[in-house]
Amino acid sequence: MNMPVILITGALTGIGRATALAFADAGSRIVISGRHDDAGQAFATELRALCADVLFVRADVRREGDVRNLVDKAVERFGCLDVAVNNAGTEGKPGPLTEQTAESYAATFDTNVLGTILSLKHEMRVMLAQGHGNIVNLSSTFGSHGAAGASMYVASKHAVEGLTKSAALEGAGFGVRVNAVAPGPIETELLNRFAGSAERKAGAIAGVPLKRAGKPEEIAQTIMFLASDKVPFITGQIVGVNGGKTAA
Amino acid sequence: MNKPVVLTESYAAKFEMDVLGVILSMKHEVRVMQGQGSGSIINISSTYGHEGAAGASIYVGSKHAVEGITKSVALEIAKSGIRVNGVAPGPTDTGMLTRFTGTPENKAALVTGVPMARLGLPEELANAIVFIASDKASFITGHILNVDGGHTAN
Repeated sequence: MNMPVILITGALTGIGRATALAFADAGSRIVISGRHDDAGQAFATELRALCADVLFVRADVRREGDVRNLVDKAVERFGCLDVAVNNAGTEGKPGPLTEQTAESYAATFDTNVLGTILSLKHEMRVMLAQGHGNIVNLSSTFGSHGAAGASMYVASKHAVEGLTKSAALEGAGFGVRVNAVAPGPIETELLNRFAGSAERKAGAIAGVPLKRAGKPEEIAQTIMFLASDKVPFITGQIVGVNGGKTAA
Repeated sequence: MNKPVVLTESYAAKFEMDVLGVILSMKHEVRVMQGQGSGSIINISSTYGHEGAAGASIYVGSKHAVEGITKSVALEIAKSGIRVNGVAPGPTDTGMLTRFTGTPENKAALVTGVPMARLGLPEELANAIVFIASDKASFITGHILNVDGGHTAN
């Protein structure tokens, strides 16, 4: 029996990279995507050394043509699409609302929201026809909580949670599950850019009951769990992986 | 059966009105209110600002975004004497609801999800907005007030 076919967007860094590595073991069939050809090909080579069967497809999730091509190339190569992880995301340009513009709004929403919409659209196109599929979106603690100085990012992740729930309801009668993982502060370059300084980063971590940032590998494990066939009754859920932050 | 129908154009049209519109409105309202040292902003969300709906993912996404902006800006300016809250109507008898549901049957079907077994009235929403806007709600900020006949209590 063939291993499931896994598609990961934004797979070249951070949580996406850790997720690809977690899925990669003997015989895994993985499609990785990102915007940079050289980095993409290099990472594909690295994954193949772990005996995974890997295809890299360059895609910018803000462009529908790229997303359509990514999904079509995955199906062309492997015959089907079992799991999709919509990880491509940006912190945008944090700052107070009074400094936001139509451009700063688009800089965050085009990747985090439109990118997720287009990815869901084309993945579900294939999965609904197959009668099975499993999608995991990336939200954030800030998908359900506010943050001063980050209203664009917060709003974009709230939107991702709304899309997740709606898509889950649409897929429920067709064997397609849609969930999201909502990380707290995770040790990645995105966190460093989002925090903007060592002091603010330390402040974000101080709010975590476990008193540390999470590791990308820890998010990857939850994604793998949701993507597995162990939990077929879980859909439309947002799973917080945040060291207890939202329990407070 | 609800089939997902998603076009890039429909995303931009909805989000520009419901999300960017709220962002730009709040930006300039806050600018004035910070100068005054007082103010109260109410954004309009929806039950769908915190729940999903099949066949309405773009609308749902946009209203979730409005709730996120509401909470963030409330936190940003909490010390400045300005409050920012949201009101989240359940099904309310308006022209928008008539268009959203498309047929009298679909509109009537919404009532089955409402414990009070009726639609809300625009005046009821207005009363909630007036209360939140008033000094009577002076310790309420960053809150989304559901006005939905008990729907989210379920």
